[in-house]
Amino acid sequence: MAQTFSRPAKNGAMMQRHNGMLLNRFSQGFFILLGLFVVYVLGRAFLQNPKVFVEQVLNGLQLGFIYALIALGYTMIYGIVKLINFAHGDVFMVGAFTSFYAVATLQLHRWPTWLFPGVSEGLMILIGTVTVILTAMLFSATLAVVIERFAYKPLRSKPRIAALITAIGVSFFVEYFGALPFAFTNNYITYPRPFEVNVYSGEMISPLLVVGAWVLFVISLLLSGWFTWTSRHGNVQAQTWKRHPLLQFGLLFFGFMAVVLTLTGVKIETGGKVWDLSVSNVMLIIMGASILLQTLLQYVVSHTRIGKAMRAAAYDKAVARLMGINVDGVITATFALGGGLAGAAGVLYATAFKQVHHLMGIIPGLKAFVAAVVGGIGSIPGAFVGSLIMGQTEVLAAGFISTPMRDAVAFSLLIVVLLVWPQGIFGEPPAEKV
Amino acid sequence: MLRRMRKSTVYFIAGGLIIFVVIQLLLSLGILNNYWRGIIFWGAAISMVALGLNLIYGFNGQFSLGQYGFYAIGAYASADITYRWVHSDPSGIVVVLFGSLLTLGLYVAVTAFLRRFYGVTVMARFTFYILATILAFAIAVAGLVPLLGPAVNSILQVLPAAISRQIVFFVALLGGACLAGIASFLFGIPVLELGSDYFGIATLGFTIIVKVLLDNTDTILPFPEMKGARGMIGIPQWTTWPWVFASLLLVILVMRNVLHSSVGRAIVSVREDERAAELVGIDAATTKVLAFVLGSVFAGLAGGIRAHDLAFLHPQSFNFIQSFNPLIIVVFGGLSSMTGTIITGFFWIFLLEGLLRLYLPEGFETWRLVVYPLVLLVMMLLRPEGLFGRYEIPFLRRVLPPLPTKTVEIQEEAV
Repeated sequence: MAQTFSRPAKNGAMMQRHNGMLLNRFSQGFFILLGLFVVYVLGRAFLQNPKVFVEQVLNGLQLGFIYALIALGYTMIYGIVKLINFAHGDVFMVGAFTSFYAVATLQLHRWPTWLFPGVSEGLMILIGTVTVILTAMLFSATLAVVIERFAYKPLRSKPRIAALITAIGVSFFVEYFGALPFAFTNNYITYPRPFEVNVYSGEMISPLLVVGAWVLFVISLLLSGWFTWTSRHGNVQAQTWKRHPLLQFGLLFFGFMAVVLTLTGVKIETGGKVWDLSVSNVMLIIMGASILLQTLLQYVVSHTRIGKAMRAAAYDKAVARLMGINVDGVITATFALGGGLAGAAGVLYATAFKQVHHLMGIIPGLKAFVAAVVGGIGSIPGAFVGSLIMGQTEVLAAGFISTPMRDAVAFSLLIVVLLVWPQGIFGEPPAEKV
Repeated sequence: MLRRMRKSTVYFIAGGLIIFVVIQLLLSLGILNNYWRGIIFWGAAISMVALGLNLIYGFNGQFSLGQYGFYAIGAYASADITYRWVHSDPSGIVVVLFGSLLTLGLYVAVTAFLRRFYGVTVMARFTFYILATILAFAIAVAGLVPLLGPAVNSILQVLPAAISRQIVFFVALLGGACLAGIASFLFGIPVLELGSDYFGIATLGFTIIVKVLLDNTDTILPFPEMKGARGMIGIPQWTTWPWVFASLLLVILVMRNVLHSSVGRAIVSVREDERAAELVGIDAATTKVLAFVLGSVFAGLAGGIRAHDLAFLHPQSFNFIQSFNPLIIVVFGGLSSMTGTIITGFFWIFLLEGLLRLYLPEGFETWRLVVYPLVLLVMMLLRPEGLFGRYEIPFLRRVLPPLPTKTVEIQEEAV
C-alpha cells in the first residue's frame, strides 16, 4: 500500500526527505474521527430508541442472509473462472419469477392436497414451500448451466474482457427478454407468498423454545470446543468431527435462533418504555434456509469428490487438468450450485419484500458481489460474513444516517474494506507471480 | 507550409474540414431536422465519453465502469453554470471556474509538500488532497462569490450578448470538465490501488453513488434548481455544430498527442505489465491516475455538450445500466483503437436511437434491448478483438516505435 512519489529533486540537489509517519498518523486520526462520528450517530440512535434499533438490526440480518446465498455463487464462480458473473443477479431474478409462476399460476405450493386431501394445513404448507423453493432452485441452476455452456464456455480461451462483456450481454439479454410482454412484462408484480405471514410477539414465543435454542447452541459450542481441544492433543478423528456439517449447522442456526428468540421473547418494562419486539416467520425461514444451504454447500465443497475437484480447479486450473480432473465439468457444477443458491435467494427475497420485477436482480446481485469481495473472494465463510456485514451496513445506514444513500454507503464499504484489507476479511493473499 | 506537413496530417485536416462544412451545410439548409441534429451531437458526445474510456481501459488497462458518473458530473455542473447565468446569477461561473483553479493550485502545493516525505500511504495522500479540495471550494463559495461575482457580471454585461453567451458556454464546458477531473482525481487516488476487477466494481459503485446523489440534488445537496429526480429543465440550448466539432477535435488531438508522447508510452507500458513498467522507472500509480483523470475530463466535456443540446437532464439517463454503453462501444470498436471508438460511437447512437427507434414497427421498441445483447454475444464469439481491432487512420497511428502485433490480453492473472 505504501506508494511514494520517488522522483529526484530538481537542479540535481538532494532534497531532504522526512519520514511520512506523522502524515499517515494524521490521516488515520482523520478517518478514525469519521468512524467515531458514525459510531456516535448509531449509538445515539440506539440509546434514544433501542427497540427500533434492534428491529433494524434484525432487518439487516434478514437481508444479509439473502445476500449470503447470492454471494456464495459469486464467490465460487469468481474463485474458479475469475469472472464477475454479472448474469448471476438475473439468475436470482429468474428464480423469483419461477416461484411466482409456481405459486400464482400453478398453485404448486398446494400440491399435497391434490394427492392426499386429508393432509393437515401445516404439513401441506411446509412441503409446498419446500417444493416451490426446490423448483426455483432447479430452474435457476438450469439457467446458470445453459448460460455457462452457451455464453462462457466458447470464450474460455479468449481474453478475459471477452468473457466479461459476454457476462454483461447475457445479463442484459435476460433482463430485457424478461421485460417483453409475453415473458415477465416490465411491471412490478405483487408476489403471492406460498405461506401466511405470522408475526410472533413476545407472548407467543414460549420460554421453552428460547431455552431449547440456547441449550442446543451451548451443546454444539461445547462439542466444538471439545473437538478442538482433543484434536490439539493428538486426536486426528476429532478434526474431521469438528468440521462435521451438522455441528456447523447447529452452531450457526441455534446461535442465531437463540439470539433472535431471546431478543423477541423477552419483555421488559423500564421507565414507561416497553421492550416487546416481534419476529415474523419469514425472517426465521430465511435464516434457517440460508444457514442450511450454506452448510450444505460447505459440506459439498469440503467433503465430496466434486468439492475437492472444485478446490483444485480454483487453485490452479492447468495443474488440475493434468491431475485428471474434468475442469469443464467442475465449472458446470459450480455454475449449477451457484445458480441453485441464487434461485433460493430469489424466492426468499420475493417472499420477504412481496414484489417481483424484471430488473430486481441487478442491485442485490451487485451488493452480493461486493459482500463476497468484502469477505474475501473465493472463501465461503467470507461470503457469509461479508453478506451479514453488508446487510447491517445497508439497513443501519438507511435507518439512521440517510435513507437515499443506502446504496452509496454499501459501495463505500467496498472501497474502505479493500483499502484496509486488500484481500478482504477472510481472503488469502494472492500468489505473487512476476 | 503544407509541404512540410506529413501527408496523413494533410488528409486529416482536409477530411475534418469536409465533414465540418458538409454537416454545417446540411444543418443550415434544414436537410437534417432537429432529431437528426440531436443524434449527431449525441453521437459526438458518446464518442468523447468512449474515447476517454478507451484511454483508461484500452490504453491503460484499468477496467472502469464509472465513465457515466463523470459524464453526469460534467453535464450537471455545466448545466448549472449556464442555468444560473440565464437567471442572472454569476455564482456558478465564479465557484466552478475559480474554485477549480484554486483547487489545482492547492493540488500543486500539496504535491510539492508530500514530495518532501517518504513512506506516505495512499490514504494519507487522499486525505490531504480531499482537505485541499474542501478548502478550495469553501473559499470559492464563501469568499470569491461576493468578491468576484459583481465584477464577472459587469464584465460580461459590457460585452455584446452574443459574445458573452459564448464565453459563458465556454466557461461552463471548461467547468464541467474540471469538476469531472477533480472528482476522478479524488476517486482515483485510493481506488486505482485496488486492481482490475475490484476497480471495475468500485467505479460501478461510483456511478450508482452519483446517480443517487443526482436523485437527491434538492434534498441532500443544496441545488434546488436541479430538481432531483424530477429532472433539470430550463437549460439553455446553446450547443451548436462548431462547438461539438471543436470539442471532439480537441479530445482527439489531446488524446493523440498524449499517446504519442513519452507519457503515452508510459500509459501503454502500465497496461502491458505494471511491474515491468515500474522496474524501468515509470511511476505506475501516477500514470494510472493521469490516464484516469484525462479520460474523465473528456467525459465531463461531453456531458456539457450533451446537456446544452438536450436542454433537459434526468438522473435516469445516467444510471449504471447506461454506463455499460461506453464500455460496449470501446470493445465493439476495438480496444486501443481511437478510430474504431469514434466510428462505433456514432454508429451506436445512429442505429440504436436513430434508425431502430424510427423504423421498428410499433411495440417493438423493447426488442432493441433484446437484440443488441445478442449482437454483442455473437460479436464476442466471432471477433473478440473488436470490429476495427487495432486499426488507426494514418494520422492517429504512432510512427515510432511500432506496436507489437500480439492481441490485447489485459491482466490475465488472478487478482
